[in-house]
Amino acid sequence: MTVGLTPDRAEASAGGAEPLSARALADAVRRGERRASEVVEEHLAAIEAVDGELGCFLTVTADGARRRAAEIDAEVAAGRDPGPLAGVPVAVKDNLCTTGVATTCASRILEGWRPPYDATVVARLAEAGAVMVGKTNLDEFAMGSSTENSAFGPTRNPHDPSRVPGGSSGGSAAAVAAGLAPLALGSDTGGSIRQPAALCGVVGMKPTYGTVSRYGLIAFASSLDQVGPVARSVADAAALFDVIAGHDPRDSTSLVDVPPACGPAVGAGVQGLRVGLVTELTDAQGVDADVRSRVAEAADALAVAGATVDSVSIPELRFALPAYYLLAPAEASSNLSRYDGVRYGLRVDGDDVADMNARTRAAGFGPEVKRRILLGTYALSAGYYDAYYAQAQRVRTVIIQAFARAYERFDVLLAATTPGTAFRLGEKIDDPLAMYLSDVCTIPTNLAGHPAISVPFGTDSAGLPVGVQILAPALGEPVMVAAAAVLERAAPSTPVPRVAAPTLATAGMPAVGGAR
Amino acid sequence: MSAPAGWEAVIGLEVHCELRTATKLFCGCRNEFGAEPNTHVCPVCLGLPGSLPVLSTAAVELAMRIGLALHCEVRPSVFHRKNYFYPDMPKDYQVSQYDEPINVAGYLDLPDGSRVGVERAHIEEDTGKTSHVGDTGRIHGAGYALVDYNRAGVPLVEIVSEPGITSATQARLYASELRAILVASGASDGRMEEGSMRVDANVSVRRVGDLELGTRCEVKNLNSLRSLSRAVDHEIGRQVAIVEGGGRVEQQTRHWDEDRGCTVTLRSKEEAYDYRYFPEPDLVPLAPDAAWVEDVRSSLGPMPADRRRAVVALFGAGGASDARADQVATVVELGLDHLVVAAAGAGIEPALALARTANEAAADAAAAREVDPAAYTALLQMEQRQELSATQAKAVLAELVTGGGAPVEIARRMGFEALAAGSLAEVVAAVVAEHPGEWERFCGGEAKLAGFFTGHVMRRTEGKANGKAVAAELAKLQG
Repeated sequence: MTVGLTPDRAEASAGGAEPLSARALADAVRRGERRASEVVEEHLAAIEAVDGELGCFLTVTADGARRRAAEIDAEVAAGRDPGPLAGVPVAVKDNLCTTGVATTCASRILEGWRPPYDATVVARLAEAGAVMVGKTNLDEFAMGSSTENSAFGPTRNPHDPSRVPGGSSGGSAAAVAAGLAPLALGSDTGGSIRQPAALCGVVGMKPTYGTVSRYGLIAFASSLDQVGPVARSVADAAALFDVIAGHDPRDSTSLVDVPPACGPAVGAGVQGLRVGLVTELTDAQGVDADVRSRVAEAADALAVAGATVDSVSIPELRFALPAYYLLAPAEASSNLSRYDGVRYGLRVDGDDVADMNARTRAAGFGPEVKRRILLGTYALSAGYYDAYYAQAQRVRTVIIQAFARAYERFDVLLAATTPGTAFRLGEKIDDPLAMYLSDVCTIPTNLAGHPAISVPFGTDSAGLPVGVQILAPALGEPVMVAAAAVLERAAPSTPVPRVAAPTLATAGMPAVGGAR
Repeated sequence: MSAPAGWEAVIGLEVHCELRTATKLFCGCRNEFGAEPNTHVCPVCLGLPGSLPVLSTAAVELAMRIGLALHCEVRPSVFHRKNYFYPDMPKDYQVSQYDEPINVAGYLDLPDGSRVGVERAHIEEDTGKTSHVGDTGRIHGAGYALVDYNRAGVPLVEIVSEPGITSATQARLYASELRAILVASGASDGRMEEGSMRVDANVSVRRVGDLELGTRCEVKNLNSLRSLSRAVDHEIGRQVAIVEGGGRVEQQTRHWDEDRGCTVTLRSKEEAYDYRYFPEPDLVPLAPDAAWVEDVRSSLGPMPADRRRAVVALFGAGGASDARADQVATVVELGLDHLVVAAAGAGIEPALALARTANEAAADAAAAREVDPAAYTALLQMEQRQELSATQAKAVLAELVTGGGAPVEIARRMGFEALAAGSLAEVVAAVVAEHPGEWERFCGGEAKLAGFFTGHVMRRTEGKANGKAVAAELAKLQG
């Protein structure tokens, strides 16, 4: 058994928390059994060893991490508690502002910009004793599903480096999968946490809109963006959520009521829980047979654990994707206007201000970002607003109502996270529509503002990870993680990634025992 | 001035007013005019990536004060983004209110008795300020530009009138009255020269009797009330000349050139921006509850129109004459009407109180607003009782305004107390005794010789005598 585990936790994670779990590390550091500096060095060494191949990080903040780890060790030595994530290395998606540390959104247009402030979630991590080890790669401005749209090169999937890690939080998901950090922050606008989590075989959670502050998250689509955790277990994801969630007076869309803590709910089980298997997000055209099989097995596993599982059809969900591809680009076209070369980031000189703006934006944005700015500008144009933007908002209302009807009958919903497993680099890059369809199962919850979590559940015939999704109504995170934890315990074992930190490869995954 | 004969002008004004809040609309930066450039800025008002707006409650309250002072209905409202590229706009969109503004359907009563409808008064954020640096001092030919973002994010209320104004004179009256309301409501300092109140005019013309509106032009850069009325007059003339010449007015945004006294094309309709308005997703809808609205309403003092009515009422059932209407407007506009009301309440002739206030006290209105109404009334009482001549009273008033103090003391200090009725009688008697011939002719009916005696009395008293009092003494001696 690992050091420092309470019986509750050991039971909660069934086979015992893996030795590299965030909670186990934090407990060990808080008790003085391990030094934060040692934990951080181990992870920096792992990044050094394998990230050349994977490309998870755009910036590694080794010096800052070492300083912070030393402070935490000093606090422990002085008898103070550095917080629930004491000494835990965390990777932060590079669309979250970090004081003095380059924050690029994987875009040339922000190259060299160093924010003068921390995102609220980054500040909360620090207050909880976590140590940021670096900024992770993403699709430019979080627009994409493969992390191939990064201006600084793609991230590769640790399970098969010829394949994508998914996106847009591909760097965060791959880093956690490869053991480069036990925890990472991602952002999810249409599936950008859950889809890469599924493709990399880790847990990814998109919280209820408004539970986690967006202050300092560089906006893609403001009404859909939400920061959330990536972790190697449901319990770790819940622990990170509990740290970052809560009201923020600097975000007007932040909910005033404190969301319920998820940590204590992880072991609650699913006895008597009503689970709806959403046909549109499981049997839909384009969902691989292997994925369908895993979702069906997941349904069985929940039933075995005491839940009642029924199929439910929510036909309105088929309108989610087209509505999303009007709303998200419309908001993005406005959010990305500020990158005009006047105040920060890239500037390409021109004949006059307008010419400078145009040249800067032409040089600074990649093709997918330009495509969405064009789409969004068009959708908001005079004469088209009602037909596109306003209509899409009505669809959004219809989807919220449809979910509400489903949640009258069910406590949570079960679905595939993605139609398929990790695809090869370049496979979909020239086919935007195929790429957009990667998010068909995740987008509806963003439109509704609801929470959802993706949990690894076995592999496809090629041995690539498959993720299944638990969806819940607004603020339903506790019941959602309880169901996810049941799936995690029932899941077939997931292979250790081919490219991973030596410690992770030794420990196995999920590991039992492996005391250090 | 009015439109040329046979023509009618249709004018609507858009007035932007900066709110006197301590901080900006969406962040905690100070809202202050004239600071060193880019010293009142933060990630939010600089529009740095990741920053988010948080609405200032104080700004909402001042916006409601303006709306309620203009008899508007305060409604639940929504913020929109108005998208266009401009270097002094940090986010390249302006957060404003579009089809659901906070204040709608009000009106403004003007001193001339007319009423102009107010369509809406909505909240929005100000932009920064660009200075073009180069040889010409104008945009074209400038070497480079400097941007000061201190003003970016300062709260504004835009007050949009209905197109119910018919002349440059009325337009000016509306703007001046609106400014008085903005000041009286405590929402703004109304300083046009500092840009805290900015006026744009929408002008169109049509032949008298036509129901259809003409094509309108928007005139910008009106930095004073004088510019406003000159520009509107010019624009009416320009449009009438075009149509009478067989041409058609083109929908344009025009710039008032103060030096040349004319409007010039800024951009045509084809060049107009498509602002791509959509609801601002970073803010939640604003719905002031009824109790808050009523709190604000009850905290509003009387507005200029109410105060004018109060002054006019001092003159009794007949009201003030038209000749006095200007004086009434002046004392209210300058915030001196309380002096008139206080004096009249203490028995001073309303005409005297109004005249001294509108003519003399108004010369230094800022200082006059600080004068103790009791002292002011005491002074006017001295004049009314003829203890002071009009000339003396004006001199004492000037002293009272600049230095304060008791009028009796000021009069004594200035040497006016020696002219109490008794001593004046002695001087008059002495003058009469020295000029027996003139006195005889005066008593014989040569009334104009009154001036002769008065002149001598004035010389002897070094101008301190009260003319009316001298006349009274002469009459007394005549028996």
